[in-house]
Amino acid sequence: MIKAGITCVQISGIFLLLMLAVMARADLTIEVTRGVDNPTKIAVVPFRRSGSLALEDMAAIVTADLNRSGQFDVLSRDAMYSSPSHANQVHYRDWRALGVEYLLIGSSDGTEQSTHLQFELFDVYRQKSLLKGTYADRSHAERAIAHKVSDAVYKKLTGIEGAFSTRMLYVSVVRLANKQQTHRLMIADADGARAREVLKSSEPILSPAWSPDGKQIAYVSFETTRPAIYSQVLATGVREQLTNYRGLNSAPAWSPDGKRMAMVLSKDGNPEIYIMELASRQLHRVTHHSAIDTEPSWMPDGKSLVFTSDRGGKPQIYQVAVARASSAPGDAAAGPVKRLTFKGNYNARASLLADGKSMVMIHRDQTGYHIAWQELKTGRLIILTHSSLDESPSIAPNGSMLLYATKYKGRGTLAAVSLDGGIKFRLPSPSSDVREPAWSPAM
Amino acid sequence: MKIKLMSVSAVAFKKGIFIAVLAGFLGACASSDQKDDSAFDSDADDATAVATGIDDSAPIETIDEPAMDLDTVFYFDFDQSTLSASTRAGLDAQAAALRGNDSDIRIEGHADERGSREYNLALGERRAKSVADYLAIQGISRSRIEVVSYGEERPISLRSDESAYSQNRRVELK
Repeated sequence: MIKAGITCVQISGIFLLLMLAVMARADLTIEVTRGVDNPTKIAVVPFRRSGSLALEDMAAIVTADLNRSGQFDVLSRDAMYSSPSHANQVHYRDWRALGVEYLLIGSSDGTEQSTHLQFELFDVYRQKSLLKGTYADRSHAERAIAHKVSDAVYKKLTGIEGAFSTRMLYVSVVRLANKQQTHRLMIADADGARAREVLKSSEPILSPAWSPDGKQIAYVSFETTRPAIYSQVLATGVREQLTNYRGLNSAPAWSPDGKRMAMVLSKDGNPEIYIMELASRQLHRVTHHSAIDTEPSWMPDGKSLVFTSDRGGKPQIYQVAVARASSAPGDAAAGPVKRLTFKGNYNARASLLADGKSMVMIHRDQTGYHIAWQELKTGRLIILTHSSLDESPSIAPNGSMLLYATKYKGRGTLAAVSLDGGIKFRLPSPSSDVREPAWSPAM
Repeated sequence: MKIKLMSVSAVAFKKGIFIAVLAGFLGACASSDQKDDSAFDSDADDATAVATGIDDSAPIETIDEPAMDLDTVFYFDFDQSTLSASTRAGLDAQAAALRGNDSDIRIEGHADERGSREYNLALGERRAKSVADYLAIQGISRSRIEVVSYGEERPISLRSDESAYSQNRRVELK
């Protein structure tokens, strides 16, 4: 959780533009552009509200979550005949008449000390309760609680862990009248709400990444007028500059165990992949090639990296095994470099799914740059997005969807697509160009 | 932006490198940059000195800018870092001016928006380095040259069409 008082830090006399975490001027809003053909019909009855605090409409948050998944068709409130908040008020026949398969009801209580929600999910056709629970949190925690309810309902009805309680990082850029730009690293709920500023700079910020425990982030900032990699503890805002080498310092990627970071440095002449042991700051070089080697991404077992290289003339995805963690200096490559992509002449920015069997990446065809999915064993490739400037794919921790950046009506926009390509939504931002989404691990 | 280097010993060191690099290029060798880079990288204090040497309040135009009437922006083809004939001519003029003074030069590489941001960062560096290599061959000491890539992060034009892309694929001398 971000706390209100992120502190300013000064490193080596460099003036930093770390600001207090403030609410963004405008949250992102959701537009579902495509869903599954036969979505599950569910009704989410407005939760009864009591207590001394006026609570946010948690049923509306759950409704938005389920609609955004593309797998549910949530009944409009106007169509409801009744508003039950307790099991003995539920008349299945009424809901069946509306074509509803499942029904979610609840009652909430808000005080200065805490927020409570009791909820129950019913199967309308079988006329039985499927799930019942209570969530309690500090006061003003309606969004956190509502997302937990969405996670529980989603898991019960699909068998897959929900990802509604997760968050995302993204970069927002505003161009000022004098052609200067204001760059902000933002953190928001996965639905775009509760956006807060993590870092603000007049110089570019890029490649935000999460630690596997979700407590720290890393990014590249040009605030010294050169690129450098920083890590930052989200709760306190305390940050460290991890690299300051001549040339590129970029593409940070935490290892699955959180102890190492893959990165790109060009200090030895041209961009190469390195691994840094975070405890000792010991660097191990992974690649040795005069071409561009960049965008390292870990296999989930931590035993190899995939990366982008143009060593074959055009950017393609390669894989290399890496040695176990070591505090001694030396090379980290533990095997030959193997090419993974052969379709098309531009494949870049790969990231692996949790099972390590497939990856998503940027793929160019004759209509532009798209997000594509590729199975590693067979090489089978499926193009998931069809706009022409799609980039920065970032997979949800439950593997159901990915966020990516695209251009829509001339402006940088975040969008999401399911891994089967069937569900799509956009998160347009009214006031700025947004880009480089990074979906958090499960929280 | 100018970068002021550093201590007296560092200046002496720079001159040593300058001679070494010149000697290297007499043999038409273009790979002595690695030696140069590692000489600076090996000392963490140097890196800090470079970083703190950039001060927005310092007068930027105290040095007679050789670039005033010369081309300072050079353009590149898609996914390419090769120098066109007109770019080489412009850089010849820059090199002539730079030989007449001892000012430092910052070479900024840029890419268009297509494709991945990190790959574009690397591509911008490759473009800036091909300019740096050309200037070095013209006898400009590598210790005077700093290469920084912004990738696609600082476009000239925000539009998404071919003319915008061709303006954005560039190297700027500062």
